[in-house]
Amino acid sequence: MNQFDMEPFLLSFRLAAITTILLFIFSVPLAWKLSQTRSKSKPFIEALVSMPIVLPPTVLGFYLLIFLSDRSPLGMFLKEMFSVNLVFTFEGILIASCIYSFPFMLQPLQSGMEQVPVKLLEASYVLGKSKLETLMHVILPNIKPSILTGVIITFAHTVGEFGVVLMVGGSIQGETRVASIAIYELVELLDYKMAHVYSLILIAFSFSVLMVVYILNHRNRASG
Amino acid sequence: MVVSSLKKKLMGADGDFLLQTNVEIARGGITAIAGPSGSGKTTFLRMISGLTSPDEGLLEVDGEVWFQRETGKKTQLNLKPQQRRVGVVFQGYALFPHMSVLGNLLYASRNSDMAEKLLDMIGLQQLKHVKPPNLSGGQKQRVALARALMQQPRILLLDEPLSALDEGMKALLQDELLRVNSELGVTILIVTHDSSEMYKLCDRVLLFEKGQIVADTSPRKLFVERETTQKFAFKGEILEIRAVDAVYVAVIAIGNNLVEVVIDSDEKENLQAGDIVVVGTKAFNPTVRKFEEQEFDFSRL
Repeated sequence: MNQFDMEPFLLSFRLAAITTILLFIFSVPLAWKLSQTRSKSKPFIEALVSMPIVLPPTVLGFYLLIFLSDRSPLGMFLKEMFSVNLVFTFEGILIASCIYSFPFMLQPLQSGMEQVPVKLLEASYVLGKSKLETLMHVILPNIKPSILTGVIITFAHTVGEFGVVLMVGGSIQGETRVASIAIYELVELLDYKMAHVYSLILIAFSFSVLMVVYILNHRNRASG
Repeated sequence: MVVSSLKKKLMGADGDFLLQTNVEIARGGITAIAGPSGSGKTTFLRMISGLTSPDEGLLEVDGEVWFQRETGKKTQLNLKPQQRRVGVVFQGYALFPHMSVLGNLLYASRNSDMAEKLLDMIGLQQLKHVKPPNLSGGQKQRVALARALMQQPRILLLDEPLSALDEGMKALLQDELLRVNSELGVTILIVTHDSSEMYKLCDRVLLFEKGQIVADTSPRKLFVERETTQKFAFKGEILEIRAVDAVYVAVIAIGNNLVEVVIDSDEKENLQAGDIVVVGTKAFNPTVRKFEEQEFDFSRL
């Protein structure tokens, strides 16, 4: 039997934490833009960003592998300019996770922002406040439940990622072997006992996360 | 002074119509904007605050151009709502629910002396740390008014500010508005359907209909000095006509009230249940007659 190793979990959580932070920073302005616009390109962007929800992770992983490899123009450029290699590295699976978990952050934020009454925005504008000030002081404080949902679901979803990470990152210890991949390897090695340990930890984690989301949402609704 | 010659095409229930507002409003008065719903009243206020862009025309406030676009040309000037310093009290108040009463005022302007002064004026010192969802309708209305005054606006726009309040609260807030107007000298435009409110508050009434200003007069002229022989007249609907001995009794709904009016057989001849009628008095007895389309209809307000 293999030794129990915390590293895959720490790697999973590190990946999930950085993904969540990056996605929050990118999603807030995009969600704000999408919630305000009536542009014809809106459905196009929405569909594009939501693709990871319906696509098999292998499809996404396959193309990311091709685009990020050092034989693709982008990969070559990155390698020559910054000597960065994105395939089979932590940075590579970080980019993959960001793309893969994007809709899970964007959608709650956007729907939260769309539900803020237009009157509140207008009230802020006539009080002389810019769009940015309105976003920071009126919109974000009023969509706390949506922010919470987005952050927690994105984090949990990234921890639960498997296919994309495997395609882009493989299974390199300390670099890309996250918890879900470690379990896959343990099963392949027929070490069911350790696979149980890892799996039960993930089950306990997922359940607690979802419990927290629902408890907080109920509390928000109750105090609404 | 507000000089407006703005135009905007609006979509109405029975087709598009053109909103045209050629009007000058002197500094410091209270002007009522009245008219049936969908006649462009709210849009007029929104064009002044900058929340809705006119199609063309000119808007000038105290000698400063806020919007200018000549027919067929590009917009020369269109100040953003942020640049206009207009106080707006929205229908439904639009208070920020996550900020306390004081927070709402300070968001408008970081002037805490001003905030304290306004809190005193509206009598909400005690409640300054309470959040809007815990306030009553009248209290929310006062907070909205105080917030709009925080940036010392040149114009104060109110969109049916008192319609959701009971009579006692209405009267209180009307006094407050009069005080704001006389103490701060701010020009007030108020959308209202309430004729007593217009009479009490306003020195001028602009009556909108289908986007046109069809009357521009004082409330007194509009309501009291009309050319009429009747002392009072109400529009209502006949619900039922009953025969009682030699006469008839009509049950008429006037607003929310049901009244019984005795009518004679001549009157009964051309009346039936469902008719829209005018109940008025000549001499002593109420009279009931059919409502004529060309009559001035106060229910349009």
